[in-house]
Amino acid sequence: MRATRSRVAAITLTGVLAVSLTACAAGGESGESGPVDLTMALWSSNEDHLALLTQIGDAYVAEHGDEVASITFEPVTNPDYVAGLTTQIAGGDVPDLAWIPEASGPEFVDSGILHNVGDTLETTEGYALDDILPAALAPWQDEAGGVYAYPFSNSPFALYVNKDLLAAAGQPDVTALVGTPDYTWHTVTDIAAATAGATGSVGLNIPTFNPTNWSAVTMLGNAWGAAPWSADGKTCEFSSPEMIDYLTWYQEQMTRGAIPPVSGNAAPAAFASGDVAFSVAQLSQSGSLDDTFEWSFLPLPAGPEGYHPIVGQAGVSVLERSAHTEQAAGFLAYLTNPENAELLAQFFPPPRESLLNVEVLSQAAPKLSPEEIQSAIIDVVPEATVKPQNAVLSQFTDAVRAGLDPVWSGGDVETAVTGICEQISPILEG
Amino acid sequence: MAFVAPQVLGVIVLGVIPFIFVVWYSFNEWRPLTGQMEFIGLDNYSRLAADPTFSASIVASLLFSAGVLILNLVIAISLAVLLNRRLKGITAFRTIFFSPVVVSVVAWSVTWGFLLAPDGGLNGALELLGIDGPNWLADPSTALISLVVVQVFKGVGMNMVLFLAALQSVPEEIREAAQLDGASPWRSFWSITVPMIAPTILLTGILTTIGSLEVFAPVQLLTGGGPGNTTNVLPFFLYRTAFISQQFGYASAIGVVLFAIILALTMLQWSTRRKWVHDEV
Repeated sequence: MRATRSRVAAITLTGVLAVSLTACAAGGESGESGPVDLTMALWSSNEDHLALLTQIGDAYVAEHGDEVASITFEPVTNPDYVAGLTTQIAGGDVPDLAWIPEASGPEFVDSGILHNVGDTLETTEGYALDDILPAALAPWQDEAGGVYAYPFSNSPFALYVNKDLLAAAGQPDVTALVGTPDYTWHTVTDIAAATAGATGSVGLNIPTFNPTNWSAVTMLGNAWGAAPWSADGKTCEFSSPEMIDYLTWYQEQMTRGAIPPVSGNAAPAAFASGDVAFSVAQLSQSGSLDDTFEWSFLPLPAGPEGYHPIVGQAGVSVLERSAHTEQAAGFLAYLTNPENAELLAQFFPPPRESLLNVEVLSQAAPKLSPEEIQSAIIDVVPEATVKPQNAVLSQFTDAVRAGLDPVWSGGDVETAVTGICEQISPILEG
Repeated sequence: MAFVAPQVLGVIVLGVIPFIFVVWYSFNEWRPLTGQMEFIGLDNYSRLAADPTFSASIVASLLFSAGVLILNLVIAISLAVLLNRRLKGITAFRTIFFSPVVVSVVAWSVTWGFLLAPDGGLNGALELLGIDGPNWLADPSTALISLVVVQVFKGVGMNMVLFLAALQSVPEEIREAAQLDGASPWRSFWSITVPMIAPTILLTGILTTIGSLEVFAPVQLLTGGGPGNTTNVLPFFLYRTAFISQQFGYASAIGVVLFAIILALTMLQWSTRRKWVHDEV
């Protein structure tokens, strides 16, 4: 009797496991015909973003009901979006479209995971592919000219200034310096240090910076002529004299209180708190600001090697492992056509030249003056470079993070960056 | 069989099968984005042996674990002895010391982040004493010990309760007899109490060691593995390797090594029990 029970239990257990494994193995296959259901993975879970995307998706389904039955927009809730998306893909749950941050762009393009949508975009009537700024599209193209994403957000980094805090510290209004030779990082950090000293506030913050996001700091080095690696991404340039000069300057600013010290993995204080004199951030941060203090949105200052504007991007792509690449590419062409790109401009600065005007961008940032939009966005976007990207970034990002830590705590810069190049050069060279 | 079947099924489906997969993945190079998996034998393990970050991670994990184990047990036993008295209001003190155990580890870590910031609460208190405090989480000499303290105060309440229960099971008459024979309180504690609560020390020692080697959230929230690799403990290194570097096979090899380390330390502690746990034969 006992043996029979054991056998029954064993058979049941085996059956459950077999069913579980079969269910796992069955994922990702599609043999359906007729209209398909599309999903798009999103970084943002902002309700307004979702509402707009759903509105565009519903309109597409209404027009193309014979191809697409539904479009679902799924925010990936993992704090690290790419980690969440990668895990989802590794588990066989591949979305048809996905939001791709610029740092991962080359890696995704190189790995062959993104579908070439170039033909679809070129042949879609009224799409105007040549309206997209070449510099904005370049990170999403391969050498053969394939197009692997539409950079729906092409947002310049700028300098937020708390004018009330500067006035309270008896410091000059930097707004008046914009466009003059005096509008430099040296001037800004002088004022930041003085303001921090006089008011006890934070001088200059880079809100996206914490040690694991070191690229937020190194990107500003281009005003010193510094870049973390060569243009082809194959040679480490952390130890270049320009990068050493820049990081040494950055370290000095931390020592004299113009830039706050790094505190573990914590993000710096928010500009919206009113307790930060200057903050390097993108346009979207203006949405969190109100009238509790007077602020300005200015282009980034110049460094010793002049003025080098930078944009951060996000692309939207079709994944090659999607079971519905053609339908997804069709929706991508609709989502990013000139009319819908203008709608998306409510939240995301567009990469289309025809939309780079005060009227459209005022929707995205109603709190900015037309002059601020002109000088900090429209004038800078066409000549801006995208934040440093590399096709093998994920493989060495932690080594750079660990290597730069001594710089933030006052260690020798040259030793630190030489060590970084020794560690990552083999990875860069492949 | 029917009674334990759900538990056995849970362990097999959620524990044994995933572990077998992890061992298998560790022999492969797995590119999660493309879904390609290539069998590479022991290459991931030979790569680990030559990886300086992995060596640093082992050192960080062992130092962290040793710090947590020693500090936790010493404080837990001390608190249990102090609170094992029939005094008015003692229950309130027991509750206060136990309360961090039921606080979310995220909330706990974030709160400590504020306390340990360069201009945070701890340095503010030190400033009142005329001491210029360090940047606790960014200084290589203080970051790991800061994490140890955060972890110890989070979990010490649980061990304290276990020791309290053990102390209350020590027969009072044995201590009284020793006292009549002239034993000092200290001698009585070492010669009577400690041997009597040795099974609890073994249990808490094993559980604390395992818990400390699996630490993740405080590292993620407070130091990000830095400065340098001083707090890049194995579970954090594993996470970054898998989900940030997207090297699932290599991360699986780290997971297998972590499992082996935990198993070896647990067996080591277990094997010593006959020498110092009085009711083990």
